Amino acid sequence: MINLIRQLGRQTLSLVQEAGRMQLFLLEALGLFFIPPYRPRSIIKQLQFIGVRSSSIILLTGAFTGMVLGLQGFYTLRKYGSEGALGSAVALSLVRELGPVLTALMVSGRAGSAITAEIGIMRITEQLDALDTMAINPMQYVVMPKIIAGLLAVPLLTAIFNVIGIWGGYLVGVVLLGVSSGSYFSGMVQSVESLDVNGGIVKSLVFGLTIMLVACYKGYYTARGAEGVSRATTQTVVLSAVLVLGWDYILTSFFM
Amino acid sequence: MIRIVDLSRTFNGHAVLDGINLEILQGEITVIIGKSGVGKSVLLKHIIGLLKPDRGQVLIEGQDITKARGADLKALKQRFAYLFQNGALFDSLTVFENVAFPLREKTKLPEAEIISRTKERLAQVALSQEVENKYPDELSGGMKKRVALARALIQEPEIILFDEPVTGLDPPMTNTVFHLITKTHQASGYTALIVSHDIPEIFGIADHVAMLHKGRIIAYGSPDEIQRETNPVVQHFIQGEPDFLEE
Amino acid sequence: MKKASLELIVGLFVLIGLVCLAYLAVHLGEWQLFGRGYQVKAEFDNISGLKVGAPVEIAGVEVGRVEAIQVTEDNLAHLTLNLRKGVQVYEDAIASIRTKGIIGDKFVKLMPGGSERLIPPGGKIRDTESAVEWEELISKFIHGKV
Repeated sequence: MINLIRQLGRQTLSLVQEAGRMQLFLLEALGLFFIPPYRPRSIIKQLQFIGVRSSSIILLTGAFTGMVLGLQGFYTLRKYGSEGALGSAVALSLVRELGPVLTALMVSGRAGSAITAEIGIMRITEQLDALDTMAINPMQYVVMPKIIAGLLAVPLLTAIFNVIGIWGGYLVGVVLLGVSSGSYFSGMVQSVESLDVNGGIVKSLVFGLTIMLVACYKGYYTARGAEGVSRATTQTVVLSAVLVLGWDYILTSFFM
Repeated sequence: MIRIVDLSRTFNGHAVLDGINLEILQGEITVIIGKSGVGKSVLLKHIIGLLKPDRGQVLIEGQDITKARGADLKALKQRFAYLFQNGALFDSLTVFENVAFPLREKTKLPEAEIISRTKERLAQVALSQEVENKYPDELSGGMKKRVALARALIQEPEIILFDEPVTGLDPPMTNTVFHLITKTHQASGYTALIVSHDIPEIFGIADHVAMLHKGRIIAYGSPDEIQRETNPVVQHFIQGEPDFLEE
Repeated sequence: MKKASLELIVGLFVLIGLVCLAYLAVHLGEWQLFGRGYQVKAEFDNISGLKVGAPVEIAGVEVGRVEAIQVTEDNLAHLTLNLRKGVQVYEDAIASIRTKGIIGDKFVKLMPGGSERLIPPGGKIRDTESAVEWEELISKFIHGKV
């Protein structure tokens, strides 16, 4: 019994330690953004990897999410005779919740895992140490551009996701099921407030930071060879999904 | 040049380095021998400041790298180059870009100058033009080591640390790499510290040899002196006797 | 990838993302970019759940938004309405709180009136009709007061 409690205590302590280390890691990476060399080209490269290369999957998932919302919303709202509210139902779900969360999950699955694997392999093949011996800070060369690019790319991807989703809902609701186009958009415009839009942007910023932090951190502290890389990659996907959903609850209760 | 004083480091309760004292003389090739897993790489990583010791000093012309921070540490690191066991080439860059990397990152030389210096270094380690645009994963082990050597040389360091430069290479390639090390050493006059267990090849190139055993330097001397050393552990190692005699 | 095309693609991505953000922010979030229109005030006994951002309509056409809601010292609801430029409201205008359908959103209905004097920016609409409280109405009906 005592052992069990001790075990619990040990786990808690190591969890708190890990969280603290991650925060220090984040602070260091963000701080290095302001110290020369600034590495704009690396940031652009990472924007291409995290942002551009994720946009096709974001277009696809955004369109389907909007279409499903259109379909589900239509049949639910028809029971109450208020199909006119379809636009606001679709837009609110997307802007407040589904846009930021699904975008974050897709980006972490596509780019986050790849980043962990990339940095992890650099770690176990001593490429990070090699940078260090050349007096180049590996945090600044490898980690910082990815975190900054994630911070920029995820909100942009979220905005694309939302807009595509709204048009996906339009396609199903208005074009296929015959809701009037005017009420779809005017309902949307009236019910979505700037707080919703701003809240969504804040969420996507936090998610972008979280995903990249987890991906870089797990990769940077990879140990024990190829198996270590595979473990780190799995941990990245699981941990970032959990953190994104956790943050989502906290931010939602904060904003709404 | 480099003086190591009482350097100690414990990993998980196991003293990997246990009071190392060693002097590496300027312009010489010093070879550290010892069994695999005895902490030779760990020692090198302490010398360049990648790892921090529990106790002791690494003095580079009087400056302690274990205590240096920020700009001082950066300046000290720039006097070194480090050749990693597997080359540690950047696998997203081509061979050419790998060798040019230190110049592109650390200097403001014009591109033409970078190209000519890079080509010069690649020629120095006998790598042909076709290799330039390959990626590291397309290269053999020996080629990777030579690219890594070129990348080390282009930094024009005062000191190069070699972590097992010939491990895993076939005998002709082993001789090629050792030959390249001697040749470039004569040309550039850098101080070399080589970790290796390739007996007897290293006796041909070393000015001094040190043997690392159980976290301590148990023998130091010229290749001749080491070969005549009476310490049984040294003799066992040099003669390559089976290991079960030890506890 | 070539340097120029990398920059082009990333630039394009950022541009599309920003356009989408702007669309969401301006179209849905109603950030006002150009011309704030003008404001008029109105005080109500009861606004019954009207929210900031609710539309202001004349003859069913949206002409503005509720910008702020406060409670005055004598316990009235003090609204600031932001009306588009060119919308003319006269001194005898009537503002009332209405509901879209039975359970729909609350909005402010304006009858602009027709006297000779316009309400200047920052002016006040004197005639107001409070929200109809369904519970009150029903209880009155049950107790036979209507």
